[in-house]
Amino acid sequence: MKSTEEILEILVQQFGEEHFTLGGGDIGEQWITISSALLADAAKFLRDDERTQLDFLMCLSGVHYPKEEELGVTYHTHSTVLRHKLTFKVRVPESKPNIPSLESVWKTADWHEREAYDMFGMTFDNHPNHTRILCPEDWEGHPLRKDYVQQDFYQGITTRE
Amino acid sequence: MITDTDQNIEKKEMVINMGPQHPSTHGVLRLELVLNGEVITNVKPFIGYLHRCFEKYAEEVKDYSKVIPYTDRMDYVSAMNQEHGYVLGMERMLEIEVPERVEYIRVIVAELQRIASHLLGIGAFGLDLGAFTPFLYCFTEREKILDIFEKTSGARLLYNYMAVGGLMRDVHKDFKTETADFVKTFRPKIKELNDLLSYNQIFIDRTAKIGVLPEKVALNYAASGPVLRGSGVKWDLRKDDPYSIYDRFDFDIPVGSGEVGTLGDCWDRYIVRVREMEQSLRIIEQALDGMPDEGDVMEAIPKRIRPNEGELYVRTETPRGELGYYIVSDKSANPFRVKARAPSFVHLSMLPAISNGALIADMVAIVGSIDIVLGEVDR
Repeated sequence: MKSTEEILEILVQQFGEEHFTLGGGDIGEQWITISSALLADAAKFLRDDERTQLDFLMCLSGVHYPKEEELGVTYHTHSTVLRHKLTFKVRVPESKPNIPSLESVWKTADWHEREAYDMFGMTFDNHPNHTRILCPEDWEGHPLRKDYVQQDFYQGITTRE
Repeated sequence: MITDTDQNIEKKEMVINMGPQHPSTHGVLRLELVLNGEVITNVKPFIGYLHRCFEKYAEEVKDYSKVIPYTDRMDYVSAMNQEHGYVLGMERMLEIEVPERVEYIRVIVAELQRIASHLLGIGAFGLDLGAFTPFLYCFTEREKILDIFEKTSGARLLYNYMAVGGLMRDVHKDFKTETADFVKTFRPKIKELNDLLSYNQIFIDRTAKIGVLPEKVALNYAASGPVLRGSGVKWDLRKDDPYSIYDRFDFDIPVGSGEVGTLGDCWDRYIVRVREMEQSLRIIEQALDGMPDEGDVMEAIPKRIRPNEGELYVRTETPRGELGYYIVSDKSANPFRVKARAPSFVHLSMLPAISNGALIADMVAIVGSIDIVLGEVDR
């Protein structure tokens, strides 16, 4: 069992200080923000290193931060061997929303990333099947963005009541 | 006899659609099967037909407690379990201490719901494979649970029963006796079900060694619930990451063992569900004994829900596996973000990994054995 701070220490040891920041709210859980350039390496390291062994990606959620004009992804992982959990995040600007895909690290990220793309419109680099999943392929916009405006018509049919 | 012309037959892959309207896809799901003869070489699931923007609604309802009825509508056959996860998360955010009586009632209804959901899953699974009778037996029993729920909450399927900090109303006065009666009468029915379906040779022939999911693949795909346990992994959130008052009860975690075929096949996933029902009965019995008779179930419900800034991920064990809610609060009246991590969504994504090389008829068994509910997949 390791706390988020202890895992952060291991990461800093391995990759250097500048890529990680510890975050937390007034309530709830802490998280580590990882720079997008290092995300793929760090994730693989977290899965394989014997001190962390985060072999289970519980959840992957896209988030839109309209104030900062940023898109983000939150990853919730836990280790079935060592029984600790870790939340880490990555944030990228809306203008260049490229995030490395973690599909090759945890297979379950495949559909979760497609959903995040569908709902928020970030791009997951190296994703094997980067398509929408819940909305039709020709849908306009990304519904879970805070500034989303619903299209009036879809294939000639009204989307309003 | 092979003639010249036969040898020159051009072998081509064929693509056929299973669904979206198909009785054994358990809802509106389309599977695109790439076939070589009758053997599946690739399968692509297409989902989204039931997408109702749960997460967008949650951000716009202007009240944290108004999200609860929507959680019901995700996995509509185990609504109690869906509510349980969400209210637990909110209580953790607001740091509310919930009365004992509420905790006990929640556990009892959650376990009853687990049995009801498994009965539907098992019955429909048999039905998919041509066993019509067990389905009716299962539904007779499920009906008894729904009757108890109807008396308690007023609804048969979508209850809106749990509230942040308590329950919408107290249970009806015969709740304890009726539930105890159900436990007593239901136990022998499990044996009946085993005789009728579980160890039926035709059923075993259709499910053993089909759709094998190895442990490593299951973990990498983040499988959970009966699907993960069917592959022999002893992992149950009620024991391994206890929430509510589950740490007080004595129960076992059934896992698959490859009893009639290979470890992690369709039969293993099926039998885990059957055995889990017995364990749920054990929990219900203990909870009925421990449940306080008096107490106000609404005393801890806050008038206004306005959590501080912060976020958490809460996960609970539903009949289908790990249901997670990622809730982010920005101190306003409605959640900044609610993401539901639905077990069926994850399980369906590994369909291509376990069904290559199977026959079309096996596809029906595989989809049935992972027991998906499309309402939860599409949200």
